[in-house]
Amino acid sequence: MNFKSTIGLEVHFELKTKSKIFSPSPVTYGAEQNTETNVIDWAMPGTLPMVNKNVYRLGIMVAIATHAHILPTTHFDRKNYFYPDNPKAYQITQFFQPLARDGYIEVEVRGKKKRIGIHEMHIEEDAGKNTHGTNGFSYVDLNRQGVPLLEVVSEPDMEDPEEAYAYLEKLRKIVQFTGASDVKMEEGSMRVDTNISIRPAGQKELGTKVEMKNLNSFDHVRRSLAYEEKRQEQVLLAGGHIQLSTRRFDEATGKTVLERVKEGASDYRYFPEPDIAPDHISQEWIDQIAKELPKSPFDRYDDYVNKFGLKPYDANVLLQTKESSDFFDAAVAAGADPTLAANWMNTQVNGYLNDHRVSLNDIKLTPEHLAEMIKLIKDGTISSKIAKKVFAETIANGTDPKKYVEDNGMVQLSDTSVLAPMVKKVVDDNPQSVEDFKNGKDRAIGFLVGQIMKQTRGKANPKMVNKLLNQELQSR
Amino acid sequence: MNYLNENIDSLNKKLASGDLSADKLAQDTVANIKDTDKKLNAWITVVDDAKPAENLDFSKSKLAGIPIAIKDNIITNGIKTTAASHMLYNYMPMYDATVVSKLKKAGATFVGKTNMDEFAMGSSTEHSYYGATHNPWNLDKVPGGSSGGSAAAVAGGQVVAALGSDTGGSIRQPAAFNGIFGIKPTYGRVSRWGLIAFGSSLDQIGVMTKRVKDSAEVLNVIAGADEHDSTVSTREVPDFTKFIGQDVKGLRVAVPKEYMEAVDGKMREVIQKQIDALKDAGAIINEVSLPHTKYVVPDYYIIASSEASSNLQRYDGIRYGYRAEDTKNLLDVYVKSRSEGFGAEVKRRIMLGSFALSAGSYDRFFRQAAKVRTLICDDFDKIFAENDVIVGPTTTEPAFGIGEEVSDPIKMYNNDILTISANLAGIPAASVPAGLVDGMPVGLQIMAKRFDEGNVFKTADFIERSNKFYEKTPTGMED
Repeated sequence: MNFKSTIGLEVHFELKTKSKIFSPSPVTYGAEQNTETNVIDWAMPGTLPMVNKNVYRLGIMVAIATHAHILPTTHFDRKNYFYPDNPKAYQITQFFQPLARDGYIEVEVRGKKKRIGIHEMHIEEDAGKNTHGTNGFSYVDLNRQGVPLLEVVSEPDMEDPEEAYAYLEKLRKIVQFTGASDVKMEEGSMRVDTNISIRPAGQKELGTKVEMKNLNSFDHVRRSLAYEEKRQEQVLLAGGHIQLSTRRFDEATGKTVLERVKEGASDYRYFPEPDIAPDHISQEWIDQIAKELPKSPFDRYDDYVNKFGLKPYDANVLLQTKESSDFFDAAVAAGADPTLAANWMNTQVNGYLNDHRVSLNDIKLTPEHLAEMIKLIKDGTISSKIAKKVFAETIANGTDPKKYVEDNGMVQLSDTSVLAPMVKKVVDDNPQSVEDFKNGKDRAIGFLVGQIMKQTRGKANPKMVNKLLNQELQSR
Repeated sequence: MNYLNENIDSLNKKLASGDLSADKLAQDTVANIKDTDKKLNAWITVVDDAKPAENLDFSKSKLAGIPIAIKDNIITNGIKTTAASHMLYNYMPMYDATVVSKLKKAGATFVGKTNMDEFAMGSSTEHSYYGATHNPWNLDKVPGGSSGGSAAAVAGGQVVAALGSDTGGSIRQPAAFNGIFGIKPTYGRVSRWGLIAFGSSLDQIGVMTKRVKDSAEVLNVIAGADEHDSTVSTREVPDFTKFIGQDVKGLRVAVPKEYMEAVDGKMREVIQKQIDALKDAGAIINEVSLPHTKYVVPDYYIIASSEASSNLQRYDGIRYGYRAEDTKNLLDVYVKSRSEGFGAEVKRRIMLGSFALSAGSYDRFFRQAAKVRTLICDDFDKIFAENDVIVGPTTTEPAFGIGEEVSDPIKMYNNDILTISANLAGIPAASVPAGLVDGMPVGLQIMAKRFDEGNVFKTADFIERSNKFYEKTPTGMED
């Protein structure tokens, strides 16, 4: 018997705001426990939520980027449940009416294009974090309480783990390039839950779905879905039935493990949140946000390859993160040659980041620095050898390349009136080399170039020296 | 200091002239509260060393140096705030409600927190962890509720003004029972930041004073937009005192027949007398109908209890307030703390609300109640298209005896039938003393369209001038 899979994904993105969704507490990853909280986050009696309007803006950005329809009036609801990391004992979410619905993204799997629907996306607050100490106590950290989340719910349009993987990759890239979220799985700013059911080919009605939560990489998503497909198939072939349940992926064994069986739906007693007045989202505001929306990774790729003539590989390396693409764009805007800028970004800059385990935001090199350095190379002011020294200085200390080159007398010597007499003297002083040259020994040139470089402490323009030496030797 | 014959203007004059110092006023007020509260039990917390604010300017602020009572469900930084619940018996707030910070800015003095029904759930101030409050007109009677402590404190001459809160009549019913004025402003007129939530879509902070003008003075200070509460309107707040002393000629006054039919002959006579006075002064009286009045009690108890069931979940024994001892696990902490920390009436409403919101009931109860609420709003819109105010009795009867109804929740709930509609519709409503029935005060309720507190003050002030009820002294305060 053949089976068909039906997969749907729920992806949570932490929206990148300076403060929380309903309180003015700051949001910083990795801050000391409970230092980023106030009376609202603690659910002190009498406190009320105030919506951070920037959350709407970031949500709308993602909605626009995924072709979703944005609803004109906002609405929030309460999801009620008790847990120590949930201080109000309700989560403010959008249950009855989302921020936006009916979007889609296009993926390509095994050379075939496919459109995956986005059912809806809603905004909500994150909960705090419980940790269990070894001393018998449990601890609550409310720093994360109230961090804004955007949950993007797909249609159950995916039919195999590869499609799910492709959807996630594409969605991550789209969201990342809006700048609305950091999309870092390892820091929890992107979280994935999956739903999968299988049914015999030809059967219309969907099978019973199994949910998998808190998968911590795209690879785990793919592997766990593949495992589930097989497991459910075997259960059905053996005459069993699938339980409505939540499972987790065990990394060590590559298997999924039953967490809990759902007996009837949980009752969260949803109802409209009375403490938040509805906000109107005008078409003007949406248009404004659309206009300010950063260029998509697909448009950027197009520019890189077709306008700048970069190799597809180089373009893709630049487009791995929005930061690197933005850095490159800024360098080009500052006058850098695109091919040279791409080469420097993808080799020297990335090399530095990897060696020092830092990100583009942490270094002192600016796109303007990079553009200036490339200009110095291009106009022959410095050699690429010197450029490496300049680069090392600038990226480490933020020194202006031009100033550094001037202050340290690193300007390349390209002046014929200076170089020609030196060349003449070197040839005069080394008659053996002239001899060797006449006998067809190319080594002789290398030796003479070396002599010039020594005298100029590496500043002589090697091309120019070569040319002058050739002329000089041939004239002898 | 006893305030029975004072008002904000008379106190302001004495303070400005130096005949009275704000320090002495604060001390004497506290001393009198301590003395008279043996009879009333109107206070949960009295600030022994209450001190006026510094740099008072009596010419700029009428409230400068004036002691004001705050209902104990309004958050006061550094003054214990319990909502009359065992659950918050030790709760010391670390911020001020917006109304409190506005009063502070106006120079008011804080002398303490008044008694109430636990979490504002009740109509008698008997459901308090701190014991029942007594009615200054007859100490065996309830003061009404839930703002019974504030009402008794004002009526008993302990303070000139008090803040209350009104979710279904909790300012107006006790005002009526105690022979004072009390106004619930339009929903969205006063910030709820720092009001311990009961029914968030219904709750509104308001003022209780003996004299109508004094409430206008206090409302002037506490009303207006707030960066902490998105449900507060940003519209401009008028000077409410300018509606005092106006005539009512041409005022279109609607009298709902359902309200007049809800009271007995003796009470109807007192109410009718007020309506006749309006008519004699040139107001136009129209009999109208509020056909959905019979649904308001169930409608209200579904909506208010549903919201309350969610609002009160934060009292879980984890972060503050009461936590049960001898607990074995997390569930035990929740169940025991909440079972021991909440009183019977609060638990009743939490269960009612949780049921109404549960998956099988939501459509039949909560959603249905929301629809009925719309119908009730429509009733008012129709009437206000052709009328300026609606008047009628505030309550169905004068204050009942302590212990009389506490064991019959349905009877207790039905007390609110005449006041609930204003909360469901979000309109401003007040109660002004109308007269005495069997020696106990009864109130005339005045409602107007949203944000038209002006006409409420205008009508109430006329009634006050016409019946001069403020000249009477509460009979329970005589020795």
